[in-house]
Amino acid sequence: MAVEAGTAAPAAVENDESNYLTAKSGLKSWALTVDHKRIGVMYLVSVIVAMFLGGIMALLVRAELMFAGETLMEADTYNQLFTLHGAIMVFLFIIPSIPAALGNFFLPIMLGAKDVAFPKLNLGSFYIYVIGTVFTLIAIVAGRIDTGWTFYTPYSSRADNAVIWMTLGVFILGFSSILTGLNFIATTHKMRAPGLSWTRLPLFVWGIYATSVIQVLATPVLAITLLLLIMEKTLTIGIFDPALGGDPVLFQHFFWFYSHPAVYIMILPGMAVINEVIATFSRRKIFGYMFVAMSSVALALLGFLVWGHHMFTSGMSEYSTMIFSALTFLVAIPSGVKVFNWVATLYQGSISFETPMLYAIGFLILFTIGGLTGLFLGILSVDIHLHDTYFVVAHFHYVMVGGTVFGFLSGMHYWWPKMTGKLYNEGLARVAFGLIFLGFNITFLSQFIMGSQGMPRRYYDYLDQFQPLHMTSSGGAFVLGFGFLVLAVVFIQSMISGAKAPANPWGSAGFEWMTTTPPHAHNFETTPVITRGPYDYHLASEEELFDGFPEDRAAQGAKA
Amino acid sequence: MADAHAHHGPDYLEHHFETPLQQFDAAKLGMWIFLAQEILFFSGLFVAYFIFRSWYPEAFSVGSHLLDWKMGAINTVVLLFSSFTAAMAVRSSQLGETKKTTAFLAVTVVCALGFMVVKYFEYTHKIHVGLLPGSLFNPQGEGVEELRAAVEAAYASGPFEGTYPYHLRSFFGIYFVMTGLHGLHVLIGIGVILWMIVRNQKGAFTKDYNTPVDMTALYWHLVDLIWIYLFPLLYLID
Repeated sequence: MAVEAGTAAPAAVENDESNYLTAKSGLKSWALTVDHKRIGVMYLVSVIVAMFLGGIMALLVRAELMFAGETLMEADTYNQLFTLHGAIMVFLFIIPSIPAALGNFFLPIMLGAKDVAFPKLNLGSFYIYVIGTVFTLIAIVAGRIDTGWTFYTPYSSRADNAVIWMTLGVFILGFSSILTGLNFIATTHKMRAPGLSWTRLPLFVWGIYATSVIQVLATPVLAITLLLLIMEKTLTIGIFDPALGGDPVLFQHFFWFYSHPAVYIMILPGMAVINEVIATFSRRKIFGYMFVAMSSVALALLGFLVWGHHMFTSGMSEYSTMIFSALTFLVAIPSGVKVFNWVATLYQGSISFETPMLYAIGFLILFTIGGLTGLFLGILSVDIHLHDTYFVVAHFHYVMVGGTVFGFLSGMHYWWPKMTGKLYNEGLARVAFGLIFLGFNITFLSQFIMGSQGMPRRYYDYLDQFQPLHMTSSGGAFVLGFGFLVLAVVFIQSMISGAKAPANPWGSAGFEWMTTTPPHAHNFETTPVITRGPYDYHLASEEELFDGFPEDRAAQGAKA
Repeated sequence: MADAHAHHGPDYLEHHFETPLQQFDAAKLGMWIFLAQEILFFSGLFVAYFIFRSWYPEAFSVGSHLLDWKMGAINTVVLLFSSFTAAMAVRSSQLGETKKTTAFLAVTVVCALGFMVVKYFEYTHKIHVGLLPGSLFNPQGEGVEELRAAVEAAYASGPFEGTYPYHLRSFFGIYFVMTGLHGLHVLIGIGVILWMIVRNQKGAFTKDYNTPVDMTALYWHLVDLIWIYLFPLLYLID
């Protein structure tokens, strides 16, 4: 028996704290809550709204690009739309998506803790996120933001002053990210339940922990960079402006010193979710547990050493480019360790293909494509040709969407019953997956081809030869968009009329399934004592793996 | 712990911790992580400093001579002393000597205010004579005289003929951003220490519980530490 608490909470007990959703009610009970689960839910709602906004912008961009020349909007509007799509998706959606929403909800539960180490700071992080979002929205209204999400100088230091609002927004969002990371590191170190050693830590926790380290160490560099950019625009301090002796390439170095590690802030949590899902739906211990855990840490560290590969054509010395190129190839090692270990986990596993698992398999395929095409870009000579083409766009969408978003959706489906206490329509969820997987590949495979033929990214107009591929890509984008619509129906329907979920609907050995559904306001009735690892199916009792309702248990008898 | 709702320890123990030691350890770890991110925040500025200094060594040399090293030295001593009183405040709060804690914290605040006063005089002078960053750089009046002296001091020979390194503006860009952000940290520190004094006077801290005083002092030491690097890098280069 791994976790002694809450496995079979009698339904009859009148305890207002037995369900975090109903423990307190009213707007204030949400707005001022320090419960990590409620904060996680508030983040979840926020990031989904951000994703919706960013998604609409992506569809508008793709609609414009269906035909050469002006289709829907002027070039000016188009430039703003792709900028906002990038900025919103990166800063408001992907970076907080898995860590701040799902991580907030599940990290403390997986640790057997009552809450994160600093609950008030956690609520503070959320409001800092909200304030940052408000600034970002003001920027959209205040003027033209058409710098691209990277805010490269010298264009950004001369562009419309709305850029100040935008960068101030991102600056503030950064502190939300830093404080969340700080909270998770302290929680992982100090709040583990008795018996939960580092070698028993769920790999989701390892992944979020590695992410947090990057958040804390990389984000302040972005903060100072954006602050300098703001001061450049307001006080003309001459740090990035070449006319005053400043160096615009320094901005690129600073920016990527954060934004490359930020790529790992985005992908590591996706990988973290995949561990849990693959173990649960193969009923097996993750193959090479310690290698997978350490590969997250290795990625977090290597991520700090490769920023130069974004700047091969920006005028670095050739020795720097060679070193950055070599270091970039090193990233393939821990990534490869993960993919091979996941595949090895599937081998001879007792696999079932519920929706979370479908997304996990999708992740394996798409992330592998995204990762391998990254190696093309890391080769100096090839990068000269591919730099700033659609090949790059396709590459990072395969990693960010095929990796992180698929990881996020996998986690959403996997933990939905635990978070809401409701089941969703499995058939419709699979349809949504099919549409999303298909639409995504149509959209971005065609962009790989376009890019390799020389179609530059961010262009408003293009040569006729690219017409069929642009049309295909846009068509795929609409299939993808429709898939998300179906997905929305799945979740809304579940909230309104979904069947009640049992405590452990997937029969997982993971610790988060040991508490009631939805979880107790304090996560567990009593602090659990951990006696096995989260993937030790051979050590888990039948009671722990039981996937039905306690009241049906007697009737169904022992079930594995 | 048997029951999630029951009161399970001293008043200061928050409900989600098992023991006061766990609470203290978590706070301490969190604070060190926060300090690490502070250092990385400033690291960007230090990198910019070294790049521009290696590009424009003559401008940095002249610029350094334009700063008043005596004022910088006074501030260094003041800040070092305030770090000492902050450490003493932690000690006395650990011994449960409430009055002494307040006294040491008050001295720390006075030193911090003194630091800001000196900084104020330095800044207003620089603004007055037009020794400013980037496109605002426009020496006039006494500023020209100072510039003459600084150029002569930097080159040790050769008369000043009305020319100065163009990139002095970069030096002042770096100077104002670095000392400005450091000054902002001093101001925040003053606010936090005052808050600690209020809480201490209300009896919030005892021999058993004084974590916030400890954390505040850690923060204050970091503010001190950054200045220890800023002072020689800006005021004392040749």
